[in-house]
Amino acid sequence: MKKQSVFRLALTATAPVMAGYVVLGIGFGLLLRTRGYGPLWALAMSTVIYAGSMQFLAIDLITGGAGLLTAALTTLLVNARHLLYGLSMTGAYRGAGRYRPYLIYALSDETYSLVCHPPKELAEEDKPRYYFLVTLLDQASWVLGSVLGGALGDVLRFNTEGLDFALTALFITVVTDQWLSTKDHAAALTGFLATLLCRLVFGAQSFLLPAMLLIVLGLLLLRRRKGAET
Amino acid sequence: MSHAAQIILVCGLVTAFLRFLPFAAFSRRETPPVVAYLSRVLPAATMAMLVVYCLRQVSFASPVTWLPELIASAVTVLSYVWRRSTILSIVGGTVCYMLLVQLVF
Repeated sequence: MKKQSVFRLALTATAPVMAGYVVLGIGFGLLLRTRGYGPLWALAMSTVIYAGSMQFLAIDLITGGAGLLTAALTTLLVNARHLLYGLSMTGAYRGAGRYRPYLIYALSDETYSLVCHPPKELAEEDKPRYYFLVTLLDQASWVLGSVLGGALGDVLRFNTEGLDFALTALFITVVTDQWLSTKDHAAALTGFLATLLCRLVFGAQSFLLPAMLLIVLGLLLLRRRKGAET
Repeated sequence: MSHAAQIILVCGLVTAFLRFLPFAAFSRRETPPVVAYLSRVLPAATMAMLVVYCLRQVSFASPVTWLPELIASAVTVLSYVWRRSTILSIVGGTVCYMLLVQLVF
């Protein structure tokens, strides 16, 4: 297959993701700017972290003066799902050669949803290049959006009070989506109730760490009770 | 290094660790069942945790400190059930919240 047509396939498949990443990236850059960190910080975070929800949370961690241990554990739990993506892509990425390190480093949620179902007309030998283009176009859109948002924040002057609800809304849509896509709500309920309990017991400042421990504990107990069928 | 840069570096390193670990550890051998189980159930639990985390400042002292959050959250959920569009629900819920806290309450 010609290089151009591989590019066209990649672009067609990932265009919706790119549009979403630019819009959400702008929101991220704007929010970061309102907390006093300009477009260069947005660039740094979108390159070094490159995980949407974690970057939004990192704004809170930075401005709230969180400790490094809290930051590490929060990232561990919030991004644990990436283990799952990696596990399912070990086979597909085995033959990816020089693209492989980049493909793994930049395997975001939406990129995963595309690379785990490559188009049928794609030849086997073109797959690594296709994976690479999809991954690169996605990250480029996210970086572009977040830098643009940071720059816009300098130019646009409007009342941003309440803009931080974007993060809440992001997680609410994810929870709603997961809730609608499964009948087994045990994990979601464990997360919700354990965190609510810790918020009431420990107060609004320091409940995240105990909540994370309680969630992992609860999930392990749940697994034992169900019998280790999974 | 500033506190902000340290946080970014830690978040980046842990994220990369999680992305590279399966390729480094389980390319050739079986995944331990408990790892497969946790990576399957943690996403739902953690996202629910983060919703509570984001709404941690909510208190029931006066309607001003919970009603905007409740309305904007409902708008986010209902619009998502209706259109299944992440962007629409995030923008809709956020604009709704901004209007409520800036103009109404």
